[in-house]
Amino acid sequence: MENIRTTKGAIRPPQPPGPLKWVRDNLFNNWYNTLLTVVLVPTVLFVLVQSILWVFTKADWRPIIENPMLFAVGQYPRDQLWRVAIGLSGIMFLMGASWGKWGGLLRTISLSFAIVFAFLALLPVQLETLDTDLRIYLGSTVLLIFIGAWLGRLKAVKKAYILIGWAIMPIISIIFLIGFEGVEKIPEVSTTFWGGLLVTFLLSAGGILASFPIGLALALGRRSSLPVVKGFSIAFIETVRGVPLVTILFMFSIILVLLLPADSSLDRLFRAWMAVTFFSAAYTAENIRGGLQAVPIGQIEAAKAVGMNAFQTMLFIVMPQALRAVLPTIVGQFISLFKDTTLVVIVGINDLLGIGRSVINMEPAFLQLDLEVYMFIAAVYWVFSYFMSRASARLETTMGTRTTL
Amino acid sequence: MRKSIALLTLLVAFSLLLAACGAAEETAAPAEATEAMEMTEEPGETEGPAPAAQGGGILDKVKSSGKLICGGRTDLAGFGMLDADGNNEGFDVDLCRAVAAAVLGDPTAIELVPLTAADRGPVLQTAEVDMLSRNVTWTASREAQWGNFTTTMFFDGQGFMITKDSGITSTDEFDGATVCVTSGTTTEQNLSDFFRQNGMSYEAVIFEDTSAVYAAYEEGRCDVTTSDKSQLASVRSGFADPDAHIILDITISKEPLTPVVPHGDDTWYDTVNIVMFALINAEELGVTQDNVEAMKTSDNIKVLRLLGQEGDWGYSDLGLDADALARAIAAVGNYGEIYDRYMGPNGKSFTLPRGPNNLWTNGGLIYAPPVK
Repeated sequence: MENIRTTKGAIRPPQPPGPLKWVRDNLFNNWYNTLLTVVLVPTVLFVLVQSILWVFTKADWRPIIENPMLFAVGQYPRDQLWRVAIGLSGIMFLMGASWGKWGGLLRTISLSFAIVFAFLALLPVQLETLDTDLRIYLGSTVLLIFIGAWLGRLKAVKKAYILIGWAIMPIISIIFLIGFEGVEKIPEVSTTFWGGLLVTFLLSAGGILASFPIGLALALGRRSSLPVVKGFSIAFIETVRGVPLVTILFMFSIILVLLLPADSSLDRLFRAWMAVTFFSAAYTAENIRGGLQAVPIGQIEAAKAVGMNAFQTMLFIVMPQALRAVLPTIVGQFISLFKDTTLVVIVGINDLLGIGRSVINMEPAFLQLDLEVYMFIAAVYWVFSYFMSRASARLETTMGTRTTL
Repeated sequence: MRKSIALLTLLVAFSLLLAACGAAEETAAPAEATEAMEMTEEPGETEGPAPAAQGGGILDKVKSSGKLICGGRTDLAGFGMLDADGNNEGFDVDLCRAVAAAVLGDPTAIELVPLTAADRGPVLQTAEVDMLSRNVTWTASREAQWGNFTTTMFFDGQGFMITKDSGITSTDEFDGATVCVTSGTTTEQNLSDFFRQNGMSYEAVIFEDTSAVYAAYEEGRCDVTTSDKSQLASVRSGFADPDAHIILDITISKEPLTPVVPHGDDTWYDTVNIVMFALINAEELGVTQDNVEAMKTSDNIKVLRLLGQEGDWGYSDLGLDADALARAIAAVGNYGEIYDRYMGPNGKSFTLPRGPNNLWTNGGLIYAPPVK
């Protein structure tokens, strides 16, 4: 009996250490760690406490509280805001539907948006800029997310419907945002008036969407046996990768216009979008090429052996494996693209950062509040980047277990 | 080889996609695009005065599209800013509004394109904007390369700001001073020239970022800071105690800020120029935003000519109507009203004494040919 008892004791899993032991093991286990702890803990606490105090007591958030619409949509005409609102609602509805259909990560994203909107709608503070109409709109958008989720769970709503929705919705939204010249209800709104988060989102989402197919084509082109295609791809990739994004932005913003024939004109925002897309495409191409090279040659030979042609081999054998291998890297690259879009400020586009700079110069009092404005912008970027990196981490873990993309 | 054919197909599809994008862009802004370029075809190449027939290009384009495309900015206090509703305002913006009111009868019919400093030349050379009003300093090389400069509407210049506590009252006492300045600008160059010419020494405290310069100055890390006077005034108004700082009277550089129009369109150049003349003349004659209607029956012949009630100030040659200048004044006020709105004693942005921006009759440099 005693023997068994000892065995039991021996195979018992190690107990989690008590908090005191944890502290001793991790913070005070030898003299230099003790010294580091003694120096760093008060420093970290001091910085933390001071930052929190600054955020809640010292900082003056008036520039942000008084101008939420500037940060959201820039100069988009205020009587046409419903067009932006409908676009946002449509995308949120689709997001909810996708959550209902696929769950997982989309659930986290949809819920985060719902929480942010609900928080703003129910904010107990009376704010002039957060009026009843806006609160009702935010509330109904939350409702739309959940209605979408409920619909998405229904069997009758096929996956294809939602995917078609995702393909059509952004295009409709953009057309809706631009409007039509001469139509009274939805007059044309020049992209000059677009700004703030709207532009940041459009540039990064547009850049991500457009750069992926171009990057794919370049990656395949670089491995092609046709010398012209191969040469062009290598030249494009290496040229773009060889210069900073700032250079490409200037190239598209200033030099391109001087080179174009006199009877053509390109929208400024469109030019910036092209620059961002080409820049991102070159990097995407190299990432995808990495994935292509990771596919063992045996796979391709096997595909040929069963009678697949080159196109089928690429589409059904190589691509799924290659993309799965590099998807986390590509998501990581899109996060940096999202942050890189701040550079469009230097070609005169009022994205979130550009609007921040304009807000600082709105009133004499705001000139001293630049720290608050930049902190707010940094926080917005951090929140979105954090969610995207969480998404990428999640993809990495689920990729291995799932059988299809 | 089948693989290469598939790849080729992919590439063709990709280029078609690009072409489609380009086409979509064309349709997005069809009318203005083609018309804008029609009139800019020659200017770049033609030497000497442009023929009158080619002249009316921009004016006609502005009239037919119903909007004035104005190069400006949204991030400079006093000159080009945004309000909470996203409307453009500021001294430079009001000059565009005056032109829009004169030509189109609607001061809100402007589309203000935010530009960076580097953008200013190219947008004029390609006539992407009808008018550039973005605190541009008029220089000989810009006149030659960029476009036609109209009338200087703001005489800026580099000045010095000091704290009252320093006890310094003039630049003669600057020897050995520490000066906060932005790096790599003409400001820094002017500063060094000034001290060398006066045989004085100084210690420069140089920062990359403009706001860092003034933060350091306010903390007392230097005795003096230097920049264009309008900027000094704007920064000072943001300080915790603006009255503790003085902007010295001395001006060490010439920065005549002037609206510009593209080269090669005389009618348009004249139109913008005359609107600027009108704003200045209106102040001289006491015509304001409020009394412009009443002044139409004034007994002063100069006022009647300005407001199109007597004679022709040139509108029939330009293809405008007699009331155009009166509309401009009614929209934004006279020169002094525009100035005071943003930079006057109760100015929206900051307070800067008019100094050289006073009317010539008050000892300033603001002078415009008569409108008659």
